[in-house]
Amino acid sequence: MTLLLQYTLFFASVLTLVALGGCFSEHSGVINLGLEGIMVIGGMGGALTMRYIAEHFPDASAFTIIAMALLMAIVFGMIYSLLLAVASINFNADQTIVGTAMNMLATAAATVIIKAINTAKNSSNVSSVVEYIKPKEAFMIRIGKYFDLSWFAIITVILLVVAYITLYKTKFGLRLMACGEYPQAAASVGIDVYKMRYAGVLISGALGGIGGLSYITAGVSEWKFEDGVRGFGFLALAVMIFGQWKPMKIALAAILFGAFRALSNVREAIPFLASLKIPSQIYVMMPYIISLVVLAFTSKKSRAPKAEGIPYDKGQR
Amino acid sequence: MDKNKKSFFKNEGVQAVIASLICVVLGLLIGFIVLLCINPAGAGKAIVDMMKNFFAYKTSSLQLKYFGSTLVKSAPLVLCSLSILFCYKVGLFNIGAAGQYTIGAGFALYAALAWNLPWWLCIIVAAFSGAVLGTISGILKAYCNVNEVISGIMLNWISLYCMNMLLESVKEETSPYTKNLAAVNRKAILPTLGLDKVFGNKYVTIAIPLAIIMAVIVWIVLEKTKFGYELKATGFNRHAAKYCGMAEKRNMIITLSIGGAIAGFGAAMFYLTGIEQWNCSQSSVPGMGFNGIAAAFLGGLNPIGSIFSSYFIQHITEGGANVDLRVYSRQIADLVSAIIIYLCGFVFFMKYVMKKMIAKREEAAKLATEKETAEEDKNEGGENK
Repeated sequence: MTLLLQYTLFFASVLTLVALGGCFSEHSGVINLGLEGIMVIGGMGGALTMRYIAEHFPDASAFTIIAMALLMAIVFGMIYSLLLAVASINFNADQTIVGTAMNMLATAAATVIIKAINTAKNSSNVSSVVEYIKPKEAFMIRIGKYFDLSWFAIITVILLVVAYITLYKTKFGLRLMACGEYPQAAASVGIDVYKMRYAGVLISGALGGIGGLSYITAGVSEWKFEDGVRGFGFLALAVMIFGQWKPMKIALAAILFGAFRALSNVREAIPFLASLKIPSQIYVMMPYIISLVVLAFTSKKSRAPKAEGIPYDKGQR
Repeated sequence: MDKNKKSFFKNEGVQAVIASLICVVLGLLIGFIVLLCINPAGAGKAIVDMMKNFFAYKTSSLQLKYFGSTLVKSAPLVLCSLSILFCYKVGLFNIGAAGQYTIGAGFALYAALAWNLPWWLCIIVAAFSGAVLGTISGILKAYCNVNEVISGIMLNWISLYCMNMLLESVKEETSPYTKNLAAVNRKAILPTLGLDKVFGNKYVTIAIPLAIIMAVIVWIVLEKTKFGYELKATGFNRHAAKYCGMAEKRNMIITLSIGGAIAGFGAAMFYLTGIEQWNCSQSSVPGMGFNGIAAAFLGGLNPIGSIFSSYFIQHITEGGANVDLRVYSRQIADLVSAIIIYLCGFVFFMKYVMKKMIAKREEAAKLATEKETAEEDKNEGGENK
């Protein structure tokens, strides 16, 4: 049971972080389908940093490791999200194509970069695996005998509260949301729509980057970047829609989806579930099915930001 | 003489080709820069090797054989890109093509291995299953207002896991792969019509001509029939289409089911050659459907264009295996094609710039001859979609 709780927390925090990222981007009016790619690149930044620290500063403190890995994941995620920002905000590109391209590009780029680094180190190593066994331990707090709490769960809770306050209680957040609802009206009262949309996309890049790092450190201590992040970015999109673009609802949706994902990992360890002999694929599939069914019933009165996906045209009425 | 030249550049098709070529050249250039960063010594050779693909082999029979394998992998890509462009013309972004391809592959293999059906029935089963998946997206879009991109993404993953479960029953005992098609059910292998002899490659089948025929059919339906016109009208403005008496909901559902059928058909065209077995423990949706997005946009959203763009993408992907694997990885080909798709997002912008340039030049020419019609051209040139 503790294992189930532990994995649920792992996955729920990943999903919350990434879905919050999507939430900021969409509230500013840009659909971010590239979250999956942002996760990969952010995760790569964090993983390489952890490996670098482990190799060069073996006695770095836990705090240094966490801070540096997080910082690099954020930086990588934000830089990568600029690809979306520039294309969709300045060049009015189709956001769906750009997002899809970013997902493909991220996996290919991460594989190429990591293989090149690995091969440069050791010419017989042509894998795309990054190991971080030691530094990963910095992220874990052991509570009691069996339960590992990840620092990411704590970070997620903090960021969730910050995101809620930013969106609903600050001038910046309310202006950001105005740009996703009716950008021309926002512009008429002197809000710079372009700037706001950049802010939205960059925040989603930062959150997606942290999410990517937390995903690849969840439960494993090495990551093969050829696999990307196995659709977690898309699952996070589902969480975001399920949570109706609202931070608190997103967190609840993430816990629900995370629990199903966790069940597929730990079902063998729970006698009751093991005796049911349901294939793991069913549990993995459940979140997608649930969100599709819920979407079917709730989309008539969708809470999606009204101007999302539409390039901002100053002169439009 | 001068007038002819202008109308040549004004041609939409010419502009599309120019835009695609710009994407390709820029994509290769950026790929080259990435290679330079990794290892400056072999970068030039690596790009050339990638572009060469089968030309790198010495004898002409080997060249022909590997040309054949590139073609075998291009056929399903052509069909996936047709699926996407068909829906795109009707204003629907069929990202679900990846799932429709997956489910087509699953049912084609299951029909062949478990039910021992002949090839043509397997194709029908595959196309039908893809169509069913497309219809689900269509119904959700038309009646429940669920965005087809979102439902497509969900269905992609659902179909991957379903197919993994389904094919579990026809897999080899010692490996995660499905049974060898040629050994279990010879009838299910696509006929070759002697094409295998021509290329010296047993996987070259009627899939290749069928893909081309399909492209022509899609072009005819979209451009030359009333049905295609109605679908496109729905895409331009569904409310206007409804006002004109078209069944806009029905049109959306039909479009996505046709798109699904084409993608499922494409999967059958690949897996029924026996070239690849399905890995029942694979954890990501086959990339063919996503590459189809690339091919559709690189082909300028034209069915005939997508034949060439699909071949090009498959050509560099296969060529990626030729680079010096001690220095670079074969994924540089994926990298280049991903960059190209990213650049395809800018195609509308490029066309806009081209149109503006033409309009400007024409205006200048007309002012010089003091004609009063300059105003009209300006309106035309500045037209915004």
